[in-house]
Amino acid sequence: MTALQRVLAAFASGFALLALIFDFASTEGAPLPVWEFPLVGVFLVLGVLSLVRFRVKISYWVDGVLAAIGAVGLVLALETLQQAEPGYWFALVASWLFAWLFAERLALAIARDEVPDAVGVLIPAIFGVAILVAWEAITRGGNVPKVLLPSPSGIWETLIGNIPRIAADFQQTFLKAVLAGYALGCGAGFLVAIAVDRSPFLKRGLLPLGNFISALPLIGIAPIMVMWFGFDWPSKAAVVVIMTFFPMLVNTVAGLNAAGHMERDLMRTYASGYWSTLFKLRLPAAAPFIFNALKINSTLALIGAIVAEFFGTPIVGMGFRISSEIGKLNVEMVWAEIAVAALAGSVFYWVVALIERAVTFWHPSVRGGRA
Amino acid sequence: MTTDGGKSQSVVEAKGLGLTFKTADGDVVALSDVNLEIKRGEFVSFIGPSGCGKTTFLRVIADLEQPTSGSITVNGTSPADARLNRSYGYVFQAPALFPWRSIENNVALPLEIMGYGDADRRARIKKALELVNLEGFEKKFPWQLSGGMQQRASIARALAFDADLLLMDEPFGALDEIVRDHLNSELLKLWAATQKTIAFVTHSIPEAVYLSTKIVVMSPRPGRVTDIIESTLPAERPLEIRETPEFLAIAHRVRDGLRAGHSYEE
Repeated sequence: MTALQRVLAAFASGFALLALIFDFASTEGAPLPVWEFPLVGVFLVLGVLSLVRFRVKISYWVDGVLAAIGAVGLVLALETLQQAEPGYWFALVASWLFAWLFAERLALAIARDEVPDAVGVLIPAIFGVAILVAWEAITRGGNVPKVLLPSPSGIWETLIGNIPRIAADFQQTFLKAVLAGYALGCGAGFLVAIAVDRSPFLKRGLLPLGNFISALPLIGIAPIMVMWFGFDWPSKAAVVVIMTFFPMLVNTVAGLNAAGHMERDLMRTYASGYWSTLFKLRLPAAAPFIFNALKINSTLALIGAIVAEFFGTPIVGMGFRISSEIGKLNVEMVWAEIAVAALAGSVFYWVVALIERAVTFWHPSVRGGRA
Repeated sequence: MTTDGGKSQSVVEAKGLGLTFKTADGDVVALSDVNLEIKRGEFVSFIGPSGCGKTTFLRVIADLEQPTSGSITVNGTSPADARLNRSYGYVFQAPALFPWRSIENNVALPLEIMGYGDADRRARIKKALELVNLEGFEKKFPWQLSGGMQQRASIARALAFDADLLLMDEPFGALDEIVRDHLNSELLKLWAATQKTIAFVTHSIPEAVYLSTKIVVMSPRPGRVTDIIESTLPAERPLEIRETPEFLAIAHRVRDGLRAGHSYEE
């Protein structure tokens, strides 16, 4: 056992013991002792008994199972208890510590090649689940007002219960405004970058203009775009175009200068024309820059489209839903939309990053080599 | 210019060539009054300390720099026309291979630009890679090969198309001595096999003497030619030739020429 493992084990068992001693929970003022919740009871007793690890070797899987029993028991307990008392919180901390100990020991076992590397996905999964369990326990056990922070289960139920509505919002905002605006904004930024690169005259004129447009505040241009392009998704796509244009322009202009002098001289010795040099040397060399812009824009586009819907929209769309449901203090719906937006944004980014890896496989940052 | 391929035919002819760079600190004379002729089939080395204009002269031949005085012809035309006619291959100090292209596609690059047909392209890639002993590495990427192999691939790229003149700017300067010896003897074989005219910039005396039929000694500030030595070594040159008295005599003369250039400066 490492020093950290010893400390974690001692504290985990210690908190389990504290949870057994203190009041566990209450309902309408009447105390609910811990043996009303057998799963939690088993977890706490075994947790204290796990102190034998200082004499006998215990497998790390025992810690994992202990943490899981504790987590499941504590979440199930939320169904009956009304107010969590100190014992509940100590049990929660104990369960968290056992999960931590498990992750710590598992990581060490993977480093020593005792278990296959694939088991490693458990570690981030444990972290995610631990956050959700703690969130659920604190919001419901501590009776946190829903307006402040709804519980994950509440958000999930709202999400499942409103699938047709959320799907329509997703289609309106993401599949129409974001994708169209993203394609147009990135495409325009790319083409203007090539024009700017070709002509110093355009470079002097268009780069400051692009800079100027990108400096315009989003909440200022969104209502103007609604006036110009109407209430439906095209005005949101226009906002996304404005937001994504400049990052693409600047990155592509920088990328087109990324090819080395020697490589350019080489193309010159072949009497290579402008387009041939562009397609065979300069654009491939610019690819890492262009993908940078595509990744930045993948998240910017979603933000732009959602915020733009705050300023006039048909009664559908993720931004519209967020602004109208917050008005009704229906916070769970807002969180559900946020969850969908976060998931969609992450997947979007991930897809772009995946294409980047395939296209710029040769770049030192992708192949993990030196330049 | 006739195309009879006679040895006397001149490939590069410079008369009173001068080049002055204008910089913020004033004018820098890179080349001054260079008179030189390179004949078909010759292997000419340019040797001198850094700043003597040897690379600049090579770049003038390649139309990568413009001379400010004098005249120069390449294959009887201006360097610009020679470049547009694709009449030379250039090998740089670094391999300058494109990392997104496999070795065979790097060699194919000039062929694609110059519009060679698909079947012709494949035959030329095969032949060029054979010449530099890189068979079997066609599908590898440059960053998977050693520095010496990368430079060989870049030579193959310069050999792939029909240019009779090969311009090499310290191609082996970044490689270690053992790899360098090996590549030098391979380069001589390649020169004999292809009958090309080679202009080769180096700062190594043994390399220049070993490879060349003609050694041009240059000195800096202003860059100029101080000596032109016709080699008396036989065409067949094993690496051991570097220990013969004849070789050492030429090397001695090159060293004297380099020293003369330096003492002029100090």
